Amino acid sequence: MKFADFVCFDAVLPELKAKDRDGVIVELVSSLDKAGCLKRGKRDDIIKAVIERENEASTGMGKGVAVPHAKHPGVKDVVAAVGVSSSGVDFSALDKQPVYSVILLISPVNSPDKHLQAMENVFRQLQQEKFRKFLRQCDRPDQIEDLLREADENPFLC
Amino acid sequence: MQAGEDTLEKVVCEAEVEIKNADGLHMRPAMQFVDLASQFECDVTVSNGENLVDGKSIMQMSMLAATCGTKLQIKTEGPDAEKAINALRELVEHKHFDEPTPGEQKEL
Repeated sequence: MKFADFVCFDAVLPELKAKDRDGVIVELVSSLDKAGCLKRGKRDDIIKAVIERENEASTGMGKGVAVPHAKHPGVKDVVAAVGVSSSGVDFSALDKQPVYSVILLISPVNSPDKHLQAMENVFRQLQQEKFRKFLRQCDRPDQIEDLLREADENPFLC
Repeated sequence: MQAGEDTLEKVVCEAEVEIKNADGLHMRPAMQFVDLASQFECDVTVSNGENLVDGKSIMQMSMLAATCGTKLQIKTEGPDAEKAINALRELVEHKHFDEPTPGEQKEL
């Protein structure tokens, strides 16, 4: 699966305003809602589901990235929003370091395999130091879109 | 499982395990795997035939995209390799990460 298959390019936020974890989740889910990626009226419910999941165990995997996610009937297909914070946000990450790049993913309840394939792509790219660095440097939505499309075509090598 | 040759305390064990829980190896099970693998001294590598990854790295384990029914090859190398492989096999195949298998899901 490629980024272009599940990232909603109308929901990329190069300058996250929120300074805390829950605020970032609200901001990203709301941008998916505005972009029309969620079923109507499901926004608040989805925010709650992502925060609950995050409370169980942090998705801050270290190296400045977090991948908050949830399964929810409020989406038809796997969708993702991408946010970048220049100041960094505390996600209680495994390495205790602030998070600068957030990929938020919502998957339908009944397609676990698609969820795994999207996650595989996200982590394969986030493994690459160059990809993490370039993502953090993006300050316009079109730069994020270009970066993700570029990664789809020519995966960065370590 | 083939118990490996014991040369200078370097034990190598290999096992093939099948993912049994319906949701596959998503982040929570991957975390459980990494947490367990990290309790052992030996190196743990996992392969799905395409990628070979470090069984102690959550980012790398999440790259396996192992769906229900996927077979993974686990390899452990080090003094406690045998203990580690038995514990990991137990987690994947017998406990299936404390999650329902497809059959159990239908009953719910």
